[in-house]
Amino acid sequence: MIGQTITLLRKDLLLEFRDRESVPAMALLAAATLVVFHFALGQRSISGELASGALWVTLLFASMLGISRLFVAEQEDGGFDAVLLAPVERTAILLAKATALLIFLVIVELIAVPMFGVLLLGVPLGPAIPGLIGVLLLADICIAIVGALVSALAIQTRIRELLVPILALPLLLPVVIAGSRASGQLFQPGGPAAVAGRWPLMLALYGVVFGLLSFALYDYLLDD
Amino acid sequence: MTDKTQVHGRGLRRLAFAATITLIGAFAMVFFWTPNEADQGFIQKIFYLHVPLAIVTLCGFVAGGIFGFMQLRTGKRVWDLRSYVAIHLSLMLAVAVLITGAIWAKASWGHWWVWDEPVLVSFLVVFLLYACYQPLRFAIEDPERQARYAAVFAVVAGAFVPINFAAVRLAQAYTHPRTLGTTTGGMPGSMMLTFLISMLGMTLLFMTLWKFELTSKSARMRLSSIRRRIARETTTEQAA
Amino acid sequence: MPALPLDSAGKYVAAAYLVFLGVILIYVAIMAARLGRVEREITELDKLLEIRDEANATARKSTVDGPNSE
Repeated sequence: MIGQTITLLRKDLLLEFRDRESVPAMALLAAATLVVFHFALGQRSISGELASGALWVTLLFASMLGISRLFVAEQEDGGFDAVLLAPVERTAILLAKATALLIFLVIVELIAVPMFGVLLLGVPLGPAIPGLIGVLLLADICIAIVGALVSALAIQTRIRELLVPILALPLLLPVVIAGSRASGQLFQPGGPAAVAGRWPLMLALYGVVFGLLSFALYDYLLDD
Repeated sequence: MTDKTQVHGRGLRRLAFAATITLIGAFAMVFFWTPNEADQGFIQKIFYLHVPLAIVTLCGFVAGGIFGFMQLRTGKRVWDLRSYVAIHLSLMLAVAVLITGAIWAKASWGHWWVWDEPVLVSFLVVFLLYACYQPLRFAIEDPERQARYAAVFAVVAGAFVPINFAAVRLAQAYTHPRTLGTTTGGMPGSMMLTFLISMLGMTLLFMTLWKFELTSKSARMRLSSIRRRIARETTTEQAA
Repeated sequence: MPALPLDSAGKYVAAAYLVFLGVILIYVAIMAARLGRVEREITELDKLLEIRDEANATARKSTVDGPNSE
């Protein structure tokens, strides 16, 4: 199964590397959202909970793009049937897709978070980085799991582009709560405060629950 | 399509009767028997409507998830029908829950919406998620796949309900610690009794409406299958 | 939370119970509309059966009458 996952993942990454469809668009959307936040809030720099909120909305918007494109290559090129007909375990498909999305998200964040630090954040980004990496990584895993589930759920419908954001945003709300509360502490004006342990715990718990759910349900989604 | 031997309407009349009696009794108790709450006064009467309705609606959503799970396990379409009707009904009642909640908030806090009431907030999130159920369902044409995907959604969303409640409660608890006291704690006996009877009435009402719609849906499905059969026979006879 | 006097609180309570009543009634209305559709379908079914019976009757007649009239 690990071998199959790696093969599928390599295919996804090669496709992305060749066509450069998702990641640049996600990064651009993130940048544009940061600019929008500057003008919409009418503030030169922000900190604390407000900064954290802006960062999470930006990342969430970017991930919506990634999620809705996740299965598009398979769908449009007729590769979906090929993958399904191939003797591949469904779990391997789930793992490969979630990992691909995770990698996309990490790349986008490597671009968007420094930009956020330069464009909007009113406190130095440097001291917050170690904590932020941990929180973002945990949240990314959650987003990747839920994203793989939602995109598989929406891909066979006629209104895929509409369904992905309206399904994923409420589903990801616990991630936003935990993530923004945690990073709000990191962006405090007086230097990063300690992140309360319950927020990473909540992210981990959320990831485990939805990971198990996707693991149990993926067979039914891709069983045609 | 559906199981031919499945009769959904059995006991519907008795159920409807019980729901009517219990609910009327509960509302009569609310207005004529239960004393006004010392703190909130008359406005607290909304509690006997809003809270049982909210609990029943949430249970309906979770039940939809359980029925969806059964649909995935057995592959029988009747579970899909049960799941669909439970979610559809809960969605309608959820509108009433949100509006009565807003009215209560307006009367006791002066605002139509208060973000530091975790139950109401998480209810809104759950409502937003379940509002996607019908668009998702009817965007899939193949009936078998429609049942399967709807069931997967029902299971995921059913599991999301408690997680979301925990998350929102946790988020509110540390920003506005004052709302942690629950509304049901330390109620005098008469209020508790009224609340429980109202709870029972709402449960019976939900079951009645659920069975009602289930019967109607299955009757319609069976009718159109009979119609197709007759049309087919007629054309073959005319051809012969 | 200040306790509202009865006359203003009463309106809110009445509104809440009316909302509940309204939602139930809307639900009943939707179900009624569906019932109307079921009735229409049964009418069509009735007609279809009639047509079939007539067709059967004429077919039987033609098989019974057919050879005699010749």
